[in-house]
Amino acid sequence: MNETPLMAMAQRFLSALKHCQVLQMRVHHADADGMTLVLPWSPAIVGNPQNGAVHGGVLTTLMDTTCGMATLCALPRFEVCPTLDLRIDYMHTAEAGKDIYGHAQCYRVTRDVIFTRGTAYQDDPSQPICQVVGTFMRLGQDVKGGIRFGNSLKEGRA
Amino acid sequence: MIPADIRQQLNQAHARGDYQPLLALIPYAGLIGIECERQGDDLLFRLPANPDNIGNPLLPAIHGGVIAGFMELSAALYLLIYSESASIPKIIDFSIDYLRAGHFRDTYAQCQLWRQGRRVTNVAITAWQGDRDTPIATARAHFKIEPEKPLK
Repeated sequence: MNETPLMAMAQRFLSALKHCQVLQMRVHHADADGMTLVLPWSPAIVGNPQNGAVHGGVLTTLMDTTCGMATLCALPRFEVCPTLDLRIDYMHTAEAGKDIYGHAQCYRVTRDVIFTRGTAYQDDPSQPICQVVGTFMRLGQDVKGGIRFGNSLKEGRA
Repeated sequence: MIPADIRQQLNQAHARGDYQPLLALIPYAGLIGIECERQGDDLLFRLPANPDNIGNPLLPAIHGGVIAGFMELSAALYLLIYSESASIPKIIDFSIDYLRAGHFRDTYAQCQLWRQGRRVTNVAITAWQGDRDTPIATARAHFKIEPEKPLK
């Protein structure tokens, strides 16, 4: 896969998020159309020991991160964008033993708010495990930590 | 169906107010480190500060997904104990509003069962850190449950 500046930035961003490292999340693909992350299955993320199903909280973490990082695809420069809200509809349970992909895109960017939507899936993107919509606040580049974090990402120090 | 031994473990945990053996059955509970204690007739859930749960390294703040997972798991455990579902409650949908950053400190959650239908329940969850009256997030979830007696 070609290493674009966006991919490199996404990888640096993800590597700075401790909990995502604990879950071993990786950037699968990133372009102007959206962000795709991958989360490997592991026994530690199981929520229902009866059937080995992945806990919804893991999917929420994957999709909060994917939707949040989709803002990187839509903004000209890095901005801190905390989550305002997130809604997840669970379509069916995630099968044990299979990687989970999260894909998200921004479908509307305003001065203050970014609207995102996405899905998580295993083998087939047309058979999603869950559908997600999330709204993110644009804090701009002047917030504490924002520009510093942004610069460190650009320079690869994050 | 909830196997008889699990059901017995549930009742025992609730009678003793010690939910650790129950939480030990759920790998994700151990991953984020959720704890549960009885408070009168209610349950109080606690997520101790844990560097592994950090999402924003600058503030530092707990990952929003972990806060959501903590609240969803709290709601599921709450239903396991308070609803009369014959099976493990299954999440249908989950909606969370983030009100403040969840700082690197202990987080608490409490649940309110707004409606228990025959097949679906509606639960509201509130999460806070220092002050219960300034929550860091509110959420609500629908869970599918199974009536003790068949519908037909």
